[in-house]
Amino acid sequence: MNDHMNLKTLPGDDIRQIMWRFSERYDLQMVVQSARGVARGPVARLVANGGRNSHEWTEGKNDLLKTFDESGITALFMEPEEGGYIAGPKNLALALTAFELSWVDAGSATCSLASNLALSPIHERGTPEQKQTYMSRCVPPQPGENRTPWRGAFVLTEPLPYVGVDTSVLSGRVRIAEWNASGEPVIQVEKRGRFITGMGFANFVTVAVESDDSRIKGSCMVILEETDQGTFDRGVPTKKMVHQLSSTNDPSFNMKIPASRIIGGYTVKDGVIIPNYSHSEIIEAVFRRTRVTVGLMTSAKLLSAVEPIIRYQRGRFRGGQSATPGTPRYDQGLQQKEDALHRLVDIWATGEASASLGFAAARHFDAFDPLEREKDTICEAQGLKGRAQLRAFMKVQDEALEYIRLTGNSKASSDPKTMGRIEELRANTLLHYSVMDALAQVICPATKLWNTGHGATTMREAVSLMGGYGITEDCPGFLGQKWMDAQLEATYEGPEAVQRRQLSITMTNELFLAQMRQWIAELREIDAQYPEIGASAVGKTMELWLWTLDHLQKSKDANGKALYHNQRHGVAFAMADALCWILASRFQIADTLELRDKGMQSAADPEGMRGFVSFFTNLCHVQAARAAGEVSRICTELFHAYSNEASASGTQIEAFTEHRNQLDLCLRGARLSKDRAAQALTQVMIPEALDYPV
Amino acid sequence: MSAFHIIVCGSLVPDPLQTLEPITSPTGPGLKNEAMLPAVLDPWAGHALYEAANLAKNNPGSKVWLVSLGPKAKLQQLMMTIAQKVPFELVAVDGSASGFTDPFEAANALSDAIAKIPGLDRSKLLVFGGCASASRDAGVTMQMIGEKLGICDQFLAVDELSTPGDGSLRILERIEGGRYQVSSCQGAPAVLAWATGKLPVPPNNPQVGMMNMRAIMPALQKAVPAKVGSEGVTFSSVEVPKQKRETRIVKDMPVDEIAREIVAWITA
Ligand SMILES: Cc1cc2nc3c(=O)[nH]c(=O)nc-3n(C[C@H](O)[C@H](O)[C@H](O)COP(=O)(O)OP(=O)(O)OC[C@H]3O[C@@H](n4cnc5c(N)ncnc54)[C@H](O)[C@@H]3O)c2cc1C
Repeated sequence: MNDHMNLKTLPGDDIRQIMWRFSERYDLQMVVQSARGVARGPVARLVANGGRNSHEWTEGKNDLLKTFDESGITALFMEPEEGGYIAGPKNLALALTAFELSWVDAGSATCSLASNLALSPIHERGTPEQKQTYMSRCVPPQPGENRTPWRGAFVLTEPLPYVGVDTSVLSGRVRIAEWNASGEPVIQVEKRGRFITGMGFANFVTVAVESDDSRIKGSCMVILEETDQGTFDRGVPTKKMVHQLSSTNDPSFNMKIPASRIIGGYTVKDGVIIPNYSHSEIIEAVFRRTRVTVGLMTSAKLLSAVEPIIRYQRGRFRGGQSATPGTPRYDQGLQQKEDALHRLVDIWATGEASASLGFAAARHFDAFDPLEREKDTICEAQGLKGRAQLRAFMKVQDEALEYIRLTGNSKASSDPKTMGRIEELRANTLLHYSVMDALAQVICPATKLWNTGHGATTMREAVSLMGGYGITEDCPGFLGQKWMDAQLEATYEGPEAVQRRQLSITMTNELFLAQMRQWIAELREIDAQYPEIGASAVGKTMELWLWTLDHLQKSKDANGKALYHNQRHGVAFAMADALCWILASRFQIADTLELRDKGMQSAADPEGMRGFVSFFTNLCHVQAARAAGEVSRICTELFHAYSNEASASGTQIEAFTEHRNQLDLCLRGARLSKDRAAQALTQVMIPEALDYPV
Repeated sequence: MSAFHIIVCGSLVPDPLQTLEPITSPTGPGLKNEAMLPAVLDPWAGHALYEAANLAKNNPGSKVWLVSLGPKAKLQQLMMTIAQKVPFELVAVDGSASGFTDPFEAANALSDAIAKIPGLDRSKLLVFGGCASASRDAGVTMQMIGEKLGICDQFLAVDELSTPGDGSLRILERIEGGRYQVSSCQGAPAVLAWATGKLPVPPNNPQVGMMNMRAIMPALQKAVPAKVGSEGVTFSSVEVPKQKRETRIVKDMPVDEIAREIVAWITA
């Protein structure tokens, strides 16, 4: 391998800023530094001192809240007029913060985010007064101000046998307590929660409840304050084995509050209170953003594992009699062994792909947020709700497809006439919204599902590369704890089944599928220029997936039962899993190309930059091959394993086999890329020690 | 109270946690992969900056400038942390911050940049810096900056500065033999090169950061290139100081025990 193509050091901030597209955002760069200071300072010290070994909300953990306040992590969620310091959408900012905190301990990230989660229903759907009140109460005091910031908890999940994955039927109840003809109604709220984050110290909670009174319609979310009349019982701490730096309790509430605490407000019609938003409408708006952040917590773990593993591998035999300085055994240690290197390449490649997917999703929501508000305004002005809204979207569907086609074609989109048409179409908010929404509805669940689920599995690989050390508390980088923590990330805010369920519906949206077809064309162009990045494999994988989806949607199994059906998880969920691999690879390639294009312009060391590009290109290729393998396996099983000789047609088999054969050929060279990446891992310079206590 | 115009000269050095391996490159001696290693604020310059900010805070009407000579792209990364710590205005000079630059050239570039700062009032001017640098330990740069600017009151190993309020300065300085010297100075202009200072690293404050960065980004864009380096200098030999680096991570070890272990290691 040419020396100039070597990976010289581990990627630093300059590289990440380009890949994850915040090199122009100094506000975000500062946020990263601030969160990193907290993570690798107070958080790491707390973990190293055994802070995770208790279920109680200890003083040490409580001190973290103050640290979050002082470093700006708490105020990050707020608008400048509410006391925050970053204007506009904050999905990427929050994602980067969670990523930095989770690099050391994701429980601290959960802890810092829990209050935001409690505020999110208010932020997304609250009345202006509710927003103003609670957002500003939660802002940390400014210098000179004498005030303790409020903290919240989000209460949806209920004790068994009630709300868990299935959130449609609630056992929490709301009734009218008093309603004088002139005054505001007073409502009685009863709710028991389970596994509620931030409950050890929350001053207010946002609670999902259903009406138990004919004078209140449907369900809603309400705000309870700890000083409201009635019982505000925090309950006992959950004996969880993960994220111990966050507080989790099983609380119980029975309180009287004014109806003005219904999130988003209400109207009264014929003596009945009609909440403006049902609990499902609110949680849909909340989770579609916060889940991306959770996905990135697991990505941080994988990428944070690289340095400790390299250090362990290299130093494994030093100090022994047979390993004297200068011998390969001394200098390279376990890195003499191909398997140890190849597995580390897999971990790194997975970390890159999942970070690329997650940050792309966060950026997508930053672009999407203002558009969604615009859409809400338009729909409200035109009185478009429910079915009427759906019809309005159906009406723009054809033009939306035209828009996707035009924007995806790089040659056509430089032609002035086409550009004019694109602008004209984009100006239609409902159209632009529906295109962006189609992607949002796919990449958010994909990030949550794949980053955490496959991430947890890959984290186990990371632990095993450290041998017995990996499963001790002393393991540098806290890898054992991170492995276990990843399982929570796969569970809370909607476990994998919830994400698969959402994907199995949203991924069949024609507006999403059309965007995917554009990506195939795009990948072909990339492949023509950079054959070594694995774009052909990803493109072909997309083709196979699309062909299989189409086939499954039209076909029946050997028993004559429809193959693609929401309830047929064996088919739909498997296809959802397959899609995630494809998306992750696609965004990983995009980030590597961004580095290739922009990195050289600003590189302090051009040779070093070429080394990064070449290494990340190898990782893309490795990941593309892995994705191709997974998708191919799933599609093949779904295509063949539900059929028998009678139900499968020869032409279909031929077509499927042709797709697979083409895909197989695209794997050429991928293992050589893996060899090169592995070789790079033996050369890369790493720091003397980890920059946080262990 | 008296207002000061405080200039802090300070730049970046490689993060000490990194593997720092001296090499000979085509342009002279350097560190392996230096351009790619993460950098931190030179710790001595850090003392100077935090003392300057504190002095400015306690003397209303004062202002702090940070004059930094370093590679532009790396300075930008450095600013993301230090801009959040204390309020200052950046004056960036684009050039090498390597340990192998000639201190005379560095002092020239820095004093030129200082002389060009608009609105600087010499009667209020305090020029701060480190008494040494983590990568360039000649300990002469601040003296030369003072000379170039025609400032003769120079204090080159400052641990403490007090300002009685009449514009005068009282300076605690370390001198040879582990002793201290207390000097009184009638007032600005003066050069103070800091040895330690008394202030901890301030916590990050994003509000301060957002305010600073609005001026820092244009300052970085405007950074003028400066010719510093080792051109024309032939290094007949470069020797790595005999060093043995053993990084070990310990938990819960009392300070006394750490000290005992270090002494035992040195005397072994
Ligand atoms: C540490 C921690 C913190 C938490 N914080 C909060 C919080 O702050 N606020 C809050 O409201 N909740 C919180 N939760 C609750 C969390 O969101 C729920 O645990 C999660 O949604 C899953 O619900 P469940 O545990 O009842 O699992 P269940 O609903 O019992 O699901 C178990 C499994 O059954 C299968 N399954 C269930 N339903 C389906 C289906 N429809 N289709 C296919 N498969 C299905 C899946 O495999 C699923 O993983 C927290 C949980 C933990 C552990």
